Order: sequence, then structure tokens, then C-alpha cells
Amino acid sequence: MSQEVKTKEPLFSPKNRKLLTAPLGKNNPITVQVLGICSALAVTVKLEPAFVMAISVIAVLSLGNVVISLLRNQIPPRIRIIVQLVVIASLVILVDQILKAFAYDVSKQLSVFVGLIITNCIIMGRFEAFAMANKPWPSFLDGLGNGSGYGLILIIVAFFRELLGSGTIWGYPVLEKLGIYSVGYENNGLMILPPMALITVGIIIWVQRFKNRELIED
Amino acid sequence: MKPVKKLFDSVRPHFEKGGKLSRFYYTFEAFESFAFVPPRVTQTGSHIRDAIDMKRTMIFVVIALLPAALFGMWNIGYQHFLALGQESTLVANFWYGFLKWLPLQVVVFAVGMTIEFIFADIRKHEVAEGFIVSAFLIPLILPPDIPLWMVALATAFAVLIGKEAFGGSGMNIFNPALLARVFLFFAYPAHISGDKVWISGLPDAMSGATPLGLAAAGDISLMPSAIDRFLGFIPGSIGETSTLAILLGAAFLLITGIASYRIMFSVFAGGFLMALVFNLWGANAYMQIPPWEQLIMGGFAFGAVFMATDPVSAAQTNTGKWIYGLLIGMFAVLIRVFNPAYPEGIMMAILLMNVFAPLIDHYVVQANIKRRLKRASVTAK
Repeated sequence: MSQEVKTKEPLFSPKNRKLLTAPLGKNNPITVQVLGICSALAVTVKLEPAFVMAISVIAVLSLGNVVISLLRNQIPPRIRIIVQLVVIASLVILVDQILKAFAYDVSKQLSVFVGLIITNCIIMGRFEAFAMANKPWPSFLDGLGNGSGYGLILIIVAFFRELLGSGTIWGYPVLEKLGIYSVGYENNGLMILPPMALITVGIIIWVQRFKNRELIED
Repeated sequence: MKPVKKLFDSVRPHFEKGGKLSRFYYTFEAFESFAFVPPRVTQTGSHIRDAIDMKRTMIFVVIALLPAALFGMWNIGYQHFLALGQESTLVANFWYGFLKWLPLQVVVFAVGMTIEFIFADIRKHEVAEGFIVSAFLIPLILPPDIPLWMVALATAFAVLIGKEAFGGSGMNIFNPALLARVFLFFAYPAHISGDKVWISGLPDAMSGATPLGLAAAGDISLMPSAIDRFLGFIPGSIGETSTLAILLGAAFLLITGIASYRIMFSVFAGGFLMALVFNLWGANAYMQIPPWEQLIMGGFAFGAVFMATDPVSAAQTNTGKWIYGLLIGMFAVLIRVFNPAYPEGIMMAILLMNVFAPLIDHYVVQANIKRRLKRASVTAK
């Protein structure tokens, strides 16, 4: 550890870049670590709330990671969980208030799920697994990466659910403009129901593991 | 057969290892073994051979489906001309229904088999026969006028998510045919529920509610007579209206030993029992109808005979089969009576119990182990 401190590392060294990119693919928090599934099912009916949710989680996770990383040597190990919770809770309240002030409609749609970011396992998981043992800058990158990995899946799922379930993309009636309905197409009501979010995540996991054989565990 | 054999022999090198089309070997193999007995024999060890292999089992189920299917086709035409108030003959009724059923069947086969072949080639295994029965079942549990692209989508969903995601034929935890129907039920409810879809070509102003629909709406008195419901002269999904035709199929399945009599009997018993309980309760008119009438309404008989007995998704142990069937029957009637949003309970009941079948088996096996251990320790003393 002390040796690493002495050698000055560039801000975007390959190791740091990996912190940012790995969670987007081979170490994705949702599809590989299978964390944060609950909110992925709840907020992905439409793209807009999914996007706002993704941004909120990225903000909480990256800022929280920095705070925990700065405090990591001061936190007594026996009460670290409660300290982590305090940090998450304060950040979530901040995010919630900002959403209420500047994006009230979306905040209404997300309702309780913004508050439930506190219970998102990804955040606690990253605090414990990374921020408690690393310096602020890598912690920030790790938070940014994992938050984006989470957001990426949310947006993919929401894209398909909104397109197939409501026939729109970000509220814009794409299918209607293309004239698909006039040939007999109808929206798929199942896509709006939560089970289909689970199945969509399942399909993403299936495709990802088909492409990356090393992810398949026995 | 000579020219066909020659054709197979001439194209075989292309599909074998090193050939240009070797990627599609299992597609070729499926067609070859469909036409001829394969030339390969086992080289080592001895193997017990039984005349009743997978293909024959499947074909027997298809034969058992014939009475229900043929009656269903006739009934589509009968209901259609009845609703329009036109005279028609037996042949005209049947022909009308046949032309409604055929496209559904073709679409289901084409979509399902394409996916099966693709996965067989990717996963390098022989094409399994399991889909054949599902393919015949799917059109029979659909309303006659359902759009074909929806059927195609539902079939693809059932085969991909219901079967291939779990590892292919024999690995599925849900009954694929019911999965296709449940997909349609939630995705496009307007086309598979209500009182407009069950009679082909129904004029807009008319209502063609099924007995179940009427019962769920509280119009018990408007239901057709019990004998009509038993014989099947009622609107409904293609193959499920006639309890008599289904029972003919059931008799065939039981005599040949293809389907489990334990499951079949216990599903009916469960439904009867639950209806009896409701009779004692008697809070509304639906609860008061005689228990045996619950069994001849809707898809109860069809589900009990052809769906619950699916050997892959049902419980495997003998005690487990009794519990599994009993609960299916009870849940089916329970859902019907209590939830008017789902007039047909048997579909949900079977899928629900499909999920629990492994759990039931687990506890049956554990109980058996415990019982025998107890006996062993007693004799040891």
C-alpha cells in the first residue's frame, strides 16, 4: 500500500479506466452481480423515469463513494454500516429534493423508488467492497462506472418496454407515426407488467453470457 | 421411397463433418430420421428397447386430441352460422372451421419448428420431438379469430422463454402450450377474453359470451343447458368446448397408459371438492351451481386431460401427482369463482402448480427417506 502511494499514478491509468468500463460489460452490477434488480423492475416502464433513476443512482453512488473513501480511515469498523447508511440517506434526500424542485412530474412517477435508492444493494455493495479500501479518485470512478452499468441496463430494458408496451420512445409515438397500427399491430400489454422486466433482464443476461463464455458459472 | 433415399444419400456428404453445410447437420438429421430409420446402431453395451419411444408417445397424444379437434372445427362453423342465423350443413360447418384452424396450426408449426431447428444446430443436439404435442395443443386453446401474428409471437415466446432458456425439451418448468396462451392473455387481452372473440365472424352488435363469461358476470341463468355444455355446442376456444370429445381422448390416453391417471383423476376430484365447499358456503349464485357443472365448463376438462398430465412439467412422484392434481383442480375453481377478471382458472392453476411441482416432489421424497430411516433405526435396536 505504501509503495503505491509513492508512485504517482496518472488520473486515467489503465487500471482506473478499467474501474470505469468493467461495470458496463463483464462486471455489470445487474446482469453479472445480480444486484439492484428490484428497482430495475419497478421504474422501467417508460424511458424517462428510468433515465432519471439512472442519473440519481450514478450521483448517489459516485458522491457516496468519495465521501466514504475520504472517511475510510476514520470510520470505526464496528459501526461502519450505520455510517454508510447515514451517508447514503443524506445523499438520497438531496437527490429527492432536487428532483422535486426541478423535475416534479418525473419525481411523482418515481414516487417511493427514489427513497428506496437507500436500499439498493449496489450502493452498499460498492461502499463495502471498494470505497472502504481505496482512495477517493478511484472510488469516484468506481461509483461512476457501477452507476452507469446499472443505468445502462435500466435504459435498455426501459427502451424495449416502452417501445413494445406503449409504442413510444421517450413519450414520442414512434409506431403511430410509422403507421404500424394501421396494418393491425397492437401494443403488447404484457411488456407493461413487471414480470416482463424480469424476463427482459433475463434475456440480456442470456445474450451477454452467450457472447462471453467465461461469465457462465456452473 | 427409392428416389427419396437417393436424395438423402446424395446430399449427406454436404452436411457431415467437413462439408459445406455441416453447421446444419442436425436439421438434416431430423428430416432424415423423419423419413427413414437412421442407419446408425449402438456399438457398445446392451440397451433395452421398447416399442413405445418418444415419437410414438407424442403421436398417441395427438391421436387423443383428434376427437376434441374435429369437434372443435365443426363447432366453429356451427357457432358462426348460428350467430349469423344462416342454414348450414355438417360439411359446411366443418369446412368453415377447418379453414379457421389450419392457418393457426401452420403458423404455430412453422414458428416453433424454426426455433427448435435453430437451437438444435447451435447446441449440436438432435431435434427433439417435444414440440409436436405443444404445437397441436396451442391452436386448440385459442379463439378462432385471433390474429396470426399474435399466435406467431406467442409461440416464439413459449418456445424461447419457456423451453430453450431452460435447456430445451424435457427441461421446461412450464407447460409450453399454456405459456403461449398466458402470453396472449396478458399481452393482448382484447383478443382472447370478453364476449366478442369466441364466435368466428361475430357481428359487432351481438354478444357471444362463453358459459364461464356469463357465470363470471353473474348471469348464471343465461348459461346454456348442462347437456349443451357437456356435448360442446357452446362458444369457446377451439378444442375445449366438448367435454365428451375430451373424455374420449382421455379414455384413449388412459388405456394406452400415456397420461397419468393419478393426475387426471385428482384434478377432477380437486375441482369437485372445491365446488362442494363453495356449495356449502353459497354466498352467490356462482358458488351454488352443482359441482359437476364446474367440471364441464370452460377448459377445465381440457386442462385436466391434456395440460396437467404433461409429463415434463408435472410432479414426478406418485404421491406428488395426487397432491399436484388435487391442488390444480381446487385452484382452478377458486380462481374462477373469486376472480371475475380471470374467468378461466385452469390455465393459471396449472401454471402455478407447474412451479410448485418440484417442491412437492422434494417433500414427498424427503418424507419417504425419513419414514424408511425411522424403520431402519427401529430394527437396528
